[in-house]
Amino acid sequence: MLSHPATARKGNLVSAAGMSIAILGTLFLYRDGDIQLHNYTWIAGALLIGSVIGAVSARKVKMTAMPEMVSLFNGMGGLCAALISIVEFARLTPADSDLRLLASLAGMVIGSVSFTGSMIAYGKLSGKIKDHSFRGQHVFNLLVLAVILVLGAFLDTRSVGTPAVYFNIILVLAVIYGVLFVLPIGGADMPVVISLLNSFTGIATACGGFLYNNPVMLTGGILVGSAGAILTILMCKAMNRSLQNVLIGSFGKTAQAAGATGEHGAYKEISVSDAAMVMGYAHKVMIVPGYGLAVAQAQHACHDLEKLLRDKGVDVKYAIHPVAGRMPGHMNVLLAESDVSYDELLELEPANDQFPTTDVVLVLGANDVVNPAAENDPTSPIFGMPVLQAWKAKLVIVNKRSMRPGYAGIENELFFLPNTSMLFGDAKAVLQQLIAEIKEL
Amino acid sequence: METLLNFIQANLGQFYIVILSIFLGIEVISRVPSVLHTPLMSGANAIHGVIIIGSIIVMGEASADNYLALALGFIAVIVGTINVVGGFVVTDRMLEMFKNGKGTTSKQSKDK
Repeated sequence: MLSHPATARKGNLVSAAGMSIAILGTLFLYRDGDIQLHNYTWIAGALLIGSVIGAVSARKVKMTAMPEMVSLFNGMGGLCAALISIVEFARLTPADSDLRLLASLAGMVIGSVSFTGSMIAYGKLSGKIKDHSFRGQHVFNLLVLAVILVLGAFLDTRSVGTPAVYFNIILVLAVIYGVLFVLPIGGADMPVVISLLNSFTGIATACGGFLYNNPVMLTGGILVGSAGAILTILMCKAMNRSLQNVLIGSFGKTAQAAGATGEHGAYKEISVSDAAMVMGYAHKVMIVPGYGLAVAQAQHACHDLEKLLRDKGVDVKYAIHPVAGRMPGHMNVLLAESDVSYDELLELEPANDQFPTTDVVLVLGANDVVNPAAENDPTSPIFGMPVLQAWKAKLVIVNKRSMRPGYAGIENELFFLPNTSMLFGDAKAVLQQLIAEIKEL
Repeated sequence: METLLNFIQANLGQFYIVILSIFLGIEVISRVPSVLHTPLMSGANAIHGVIIIGSIIVMGEASADNYLALALGFIAVIVGTINVVGGFVVTDRMLEMFKNGKGTTSKQSKDK
């Protein structure tokens, strides 16, 4: 049902209802042998507290802050999985099957990595934590991971007298690994990481399913695990990164090196009134929104501009790159929030078909997704990434805050093309000036 | 090798579920247009909140004097509920905004 925007909401409600049934069913029907569940008051209290916190924070959050929120909720799920595994591990007896031991161990490791990783991702997305990396960090990361695996295997053989000690060491290492794993990753590469961590929590949930022999948890967990993995791979493809880069946690390093070699050419600037003039008298205008638009929270101003131009008889469309914004499809959510109609949003391929017949392309805070180097420079780190061919239009106006390269750290030759003009400034302020100017035309 | 086969035999039902779920997950993703990837991610995020069932069981089975299990279980139920409730509410809020689309995107995504 999620495949259809119209029915997606119903699908979400159905799955929410399914979840409620699963929880109620567990509460009242679960039996282990003859023992029924007890501690109902505590469970009910926890459910209540959790519901209130969850619902309130979900209602309050701004649409632009959505990726942080999803990351935070994901971390909560990871923490839950890790805690369960810790409690269950303490209850394991030598008579239990290897599967249970393995499931609780894996659930604990994956859950903790997912929890601390998501917390760091949340901190970075909301700007509380800066990127951090030191020399040889990915070697160190791999080392930590290797130690976790070796200790895990050691524990599994049960040749040791006090497994709890090893279990605790692994727990600490997993927590540290989650931090180290996400810390060096650049802010704009975070979507891939969130999706990956989402998939991790799914797998941790599936481990819980094995632990309790519970098909609901197993199905839900594996479903999310595989869906998250596929989504991660799709995103990596759209950004032209290899998954290996993500797993080692050394995103963006190669890009930095490449950026240093870029040479600055000459670019032209355009004044707001000139930009307003050409847009007001154009036949067809294409808007390419990007991360900068989301940061400036300029989606409403953008929609106002679109309406104004349409009233003047200009054909206005949006060209949306699959990874525009901070999460895949995030840009669509932001534009939908400011009531931009669905007909106006073009995906990559239809947009590229239309660029040659477009008079003016307005690039708002997007950079790498319109970089021609992805198609004609085999040495570029983003070579092969599908991009919006904005340069095929008659005139390109690029709004950016400065000449700094985008998050891939590479120079964008689009800015130096003869048919490109730069319009510097905060996306929201520039859009408002444009609107005022066009009104006076 | 034999132990492995025995192991799989013993847990055959679970392995079926795992394999079927993997296919289901892939199938679900490939049908969702990229427009909806953000709600999809948060929806998936809410779904893996079923882990809460595990935490309820932990809580419910813990004996009244096992304070460690009780405390950890209590926290687990709280954070699990935040995950589930928050996830579904956020997804609902996002999808609510797409209502204005009047189903035109579905045509677009089918054309692709």
